[in-house]
Amino acid sequence: MKSSTINVRNVVVALVALGLTLLPVYSALTGNIFILTLFTRIIIFALAAASLNLIMGYGGMMSFGHAAYLGLGGYAVGILAHEGIGSGFIQWPVALIVSALYALVIGALSLRTRGVYFIMITLAFAQMAYYIASGLSRYGGDDGLTIYKRSTFGGLIDLSNRTQFYYLCLACLFGGVYLIWRIINSRFGMVVQGVRSNEQRMQAIGYHANRYRLVCFVISGTICGLAGALLANNTDFISPAGMYWTRSGELMVMVVLGGMGSLFGPVLGTIVFLLLEEVLSQFTEYWALIMGPLLLLIVLFARGGIMGLLGRLSRG
Amino acid sequence: MLVLVEQSLNGLQFGLLLFLLAAGLTLVFGIMDFVNLAHGSLYMMGAYFAATFVAWTNSFVLGILMALGATLLLGILLEFVALRHLYGRDHLDQVLATFGLILFFNDAVRLIWGPAGLSLPLPSWLTVPVQIVPGVFYPAYRLSIIVVALAVAAMLYVVVMRTRIGMLIRAGASNREMIGALGINIKLLFTLVFGLGAALAGLAGLMQAPILTVQIGMGENILILAFVIIVIGGIGSIRGAFLAAIFVGMIDTLGRAFLPDLLRTVLSSAAASTAAPALSSMLIYLLMAIVLVVRPEGLFPAAKR
Repeated sequence: MKSSTINVRNVVVALVALGLTLLPVYSALTGNIFILTLFTRIIIFALAAASLNLIMGYGGMMSFGHAAYLGLGGYAVGILAHEGIGSGFIQWPVALIVSALYALVIGALSLRTRGVYFIMITLAFAQMAYYIASGLSRYGGDDGLTIYKRSTFGGLIDLSNRTQFYYLCLACLFGGVYLIWRIINSRFGMVVQGVRSNEQRMQAIGYHANRYRLVCFVISGTICGLAGALLANNTDFISPAGMYWTRSGELMVMVVLGGMGSLFGPVLGTIVFLLLEEVLSQFTEYWALIMGPLLLLIVLFARGGIMGLLGRLSRG
Repeated sequence: MLVLVEQSLNGLQFGLLLFLLAAGLTLVFGIMDFVNLAHGSLYMMGAYFAATFVAWTNSFVLGILMALGATLLLGILLEFVALRHLYGRDHLDQVLATFGLILFFNDAVRLIWGPAGLSLPLPSWLTVPVQIVPGVFYPAYRLSIIVVALAVAAMLYVVVMRTRIGMLIRAGASNREMIGALGINIKLLFTLVFGLGAALAGLAGLMQAPILTVQIGMGENILILAFVIIVIGGIGSIRGAFLAAIFVGMIDTLGRAFLPDLLRTVLSSAAASTAAPALSSMLIYLLMAIVLVVRPEGLFPAAKR
């Protein structure tokens, strides 16, 4: 039975989207710049989480190495900027291409395995990327690389203008989510989801399951690489620490918290996770002391994450 | 040559230490099918407990024994309060819940012991160098790690493979309902196995403590190493974990010791000193990737259930 379009879940999603769109207006009216910078960061991570959800939620591929793409996209921007190439028209395509190529190689190797082995091999490759970045002594090594000038777009967009940068990030997020929506509802996306539910049957019908998986994996990595380029521009800094496995774990947390396999779940999950982190750290330095058990409780009592919860509210 | 012997012993010692961690993990992961990322936190807690209790009691042996008991109790408590509700769940739910526990433990430690690290001083009788072959001296403490870990490995093998309780553990792993129907308290059994795993992690942590600083997050890097070992060895196989642990310990240690010189023979010395640290840290991940690509089930996969 299909529930009507107007239900609690859709209303919440619409309100959040509207809120994100109007946030700079609120920020300008109240003079609250902090909230704008906070949400720029949240939106970038939401894009990364959404890309992870594409393969995790719809493709059944638990990548434990998604932080690598954030790093790759970021380092592409950082290294080019360091070498004097500041144009975003060069930096950003390079970030996307590098992430896509990396995902192609890693995906081709990792997709030979399944389940926990897949989780571990994606993790292994991400850790290798982490150590390679630590070894780049020309680009700061362990200490990371400061980016002195944000990407330039020939005067079209000024990334150092907070509001413009915010809207650019938001456009990337909405664009990314729209792309994912188109993908999962396309024939290609149906095959990927079919492979997740019953690989043997899809093989028997004549689909090369792994080819579909691999393409999906590459798309996900590329979108996450874009998030990496945005993140590097946001923090004006890139370091290996951002590629460590705990960052990949955080991305997984955001996806599952919001609701894996739902289009807007990862966005909500990221907002809730990072806002909680922010709010809790205002009260206490030891915010993780509360956040940790909270995650445990969510897993124990709120299956399907926030979207699952909202779905249950919708049905009454 | 002497350096090679010494570094090989270091590799063996590191590998055996990793085995203690991996053995606990494989008991929980391979047998109970539970992905426990908080295993590294138990390793950290073992080290903190040891540093604290040794300072309190002024006795190395007494403090270590207390720390071991404390980690065992902590593991049992953790299983009883939270983790037992997650056994039947998706691996992802387990990853998430135990990731939450990592956050919790790191901050709990920061709250209780402060952000600075602790150190665990060795008693004088463990700091003397021992002559193992003529001309080769090796620290007594590192030697004692090798001995303790080998003893634990042997004990674990006997318990799991040769005793009634080991038989029940293995049977419970392949069919929970059946073993429960036979009147065995499977819940209690799994709680004990989890406690044993926790104690092994704690043992690894407290033995490593005098060599490294006891600090927050110390479990995170080594946890991943333990997972690497389990995956290389084949999930659920204690024998596989043992061999893979020694293999990984050797490769890691020897790589760090000799790779820079090796690279210098083919690269310029500047390039070599840049590439060597990154490459030697990567070696084991490279190894795991190669193993998984060639043998997706690991080197010594446990018998199919």
